[in-house]
Amino acid sequence: MADDFAPLLEIAGLSRHFGGLKVIHALDLAVARTEILGILGPNGAGKSTLFNLIAGVLAPSGGAIRYEGRDVTHLRAWDRCRAGIGRTYQIPKPFAHMSVFENVLVAAVHGGGAGIRQARLEAAGVLERTGLSAQHARPAGSLTLLDLKRLELARALAVKPRLLLLDEIAGGLTEAECGTLLDIIVQVHAGGTGIVWIEHVIQALRRACTRLAVLHGGAILADGLPDAVLADPRVKHVYLGT
Amino acid sequence: MAFRSPSLAMLACRLALLGGIAVLLLAPWLFDSEGLAVLTQFLTLLVLALMWNLLAGYADIITVGQHAFVGIGAYAFYGFAALAGVNPYAAIPLAALVALVAAVPAMAIVFRLRAAYLAVGTWVVAQVFMLLAGKLPGFGFGSGVSLPIAVAQAFGTDPAGRYTTIYLLALGLAAVTLISTWLLLRSRIGIGLTAMRDNEEAAGALGVNIVRARILCFLWTAPFLGLAGAIITLQNLRISPPASFSIIDWTVFVIFNVVIGGIGTLEGPILGTALFFVLRAYFSDLGTWHLIILGVLSIVVILIEPRGLWGLLRRVLPGDLIPVSHRRAAAAGAVRAAPERFEPQPPA
Ligand SMILES: Nc1ncnc2c1ncn2[C@@H]1O[C@H](COP(=O)(O)OP(=O)(O)OP(=O)(O)O)[C@@H](O)[C@H]1O
Ligand SMILES: [Mg+2]
Repeated sequence: MADDFAPLLEIAGLSRHFGGLKVIHALDLAVARTEILGILGPNGAGKSTLFNLIAGVLAPSGGAIRYEGRDVTHLRAWDRCRAGIGRTYQIPKPFAHMSVFENVLVAAVHGGGAGIRQARLEAAGVLERTGLSAQHARPAGSLTLLDLKRLELARALAVKPRLLLLDEIAGGLTEAECGTLLDIIVQVHAGGTGIVWIEHVIQALRRACTRLAVLHGGAILADGLPDAVLADPRVKHVYLGT
Repeated sequence: MAFRSPSLAMLACRLALLGGIAVLLLAPWLFDSEGLAVLTQFLTLLVLALMWNLLAGYADIITVGQHAFVGIGAYAFYGFAALAGVNPYAAIPLAALVALVAAVPAMAIVFRLRAAYLAVGTWVVAQVFMLLAGKLPGFGFGSGVSLPIAVAQAFGTDPAGRYTTIYLLALGLAAVTLISTWLLLRSRIGIGLTAMRDNEEAAGALGVNIVRARILCFLWTAPFLGLAGAIITLQNLRISPPASFSIIDWTVFVIFNVVIGGIGTLEGPILGTALFFVLRAYFSDLGTWHLIILGVLSIVVILIEPRGLWGLLRRVLPGDLIPVSHRRAAAAGAVRAAPERFEPQPPA
């Protein structure tokens, strides 16, 4: 096994243009297994696009992505998932006509690579952990937005990720619910999973993250310890509007 | 609705399904040759509907060329049984094999295309196969050819016995198609297909190999379509490019049936095909109007409920009639109504 501090994810010169719009441009970023990296950035900065590129849902216009030392730039989304990259969607994409349990089962069977028997146990465990057990038999399409976000997290966890990409899952949570979420994230991280977490709830990022990066103008504007990044005048200027 | 409770509605649906199965099993004793011929058509169209539903409803392969494999099955059956002198019973599975082999190059072409282009592509491929069939020496070229009497008689020397044999073959095919498709949907591949049906991008991001699932579905349907083609040939006692490769009979009607019955479910194609035969029995003298009425009906159904009549029924029913879904282990236990506290522990 590679040592813990070797980069789990290495992004070099990554670009993604939509027509003339350079959403991601020459972006460099490395994430180690030991990190919980928080990503901040104004609306439309390209944070979700970055996740789509890492997860293989979008093809980059240029640059390279390495994961666990291997070039995955041209790997299909499902192969990246099987390799251990789990992600949530900012705008939930549930399997609306399948039950909550089956939604998680899909991830455990396909992304996690478990047999159905084993996957059923794992899926039940993940539902318990994410507080969705009571809803297990409901069609996912009938969940509230908050529960849909829980389901996004549950599915991503069922993949048994070694790199977990979380896209705005704390918005709208109460103080207590946010605490539960942070516990889960810290627990998953302690299990040896590197985490990248896009979030606008700065307090949540501050409590969980070992490092913060600010995305602006298609690349990383500031990167470092959370307090140092939040105190950076450039960050205050573009993000906090002061 | 006349039903007091969802479970009563469920019971009614179960009884209807079991009643239908019982009628199909007893049909040789219940119906005359004409009735059996209609039921044979029903069963072959049911097979076509189940296959189109698997492709369009789950794997997002909206094909308008599935009549190609029906025609290929018909021609292959004729070739083996009438020209090569193979035992006519053995010629049936050989027809399935030829359809499967033909699916490989068809897939290579069609899978380069997406969405509307794919639909057009399947149609073009089917036309090419039909034109090729019309050029084959020994197969009567463009006007087709009748099945030799000896081949027909292998399935029964008198017409009544032959109708029964062909009916039983169709029943066997429909049963195998339905059960194997059900097993496929229950399998780990099927869980992925069902996820693809609901959201393809999310399915891919959660590890479902979408390309492999599509290939599997395409190859899965071809032999069943070929078998249906062989049975259709037995029933019509002849092959010809326009009839064996009929886009109206083997694709357009089938699409209407699936869409009206409910796409992306196992029950929908059954319901839609049954309804088609009921309508046809009452409106058979309408000619082309039949097609127009079905077309309008399918558009109306889509506008009201995209998942068809079964989707409408499903709003009342508590579960699937043919259960495809997976339930959490604890819920499958004895006391379903009791609050569930038991959580299975993974083995150490
Ligand atoms: N598939 C696409 N086609 C065209 N433009 C796109 C596409 N996806 C994203 N964009 C554009 O890229 C920009 C960045 O979008 P993105 O969703 O990545 O931002 P974000 O940082 O996640 O914003 P938010 O904080 O609002 O979630 C936006 O201007 C968006 O309109
Ligand atoms: Mg976003």
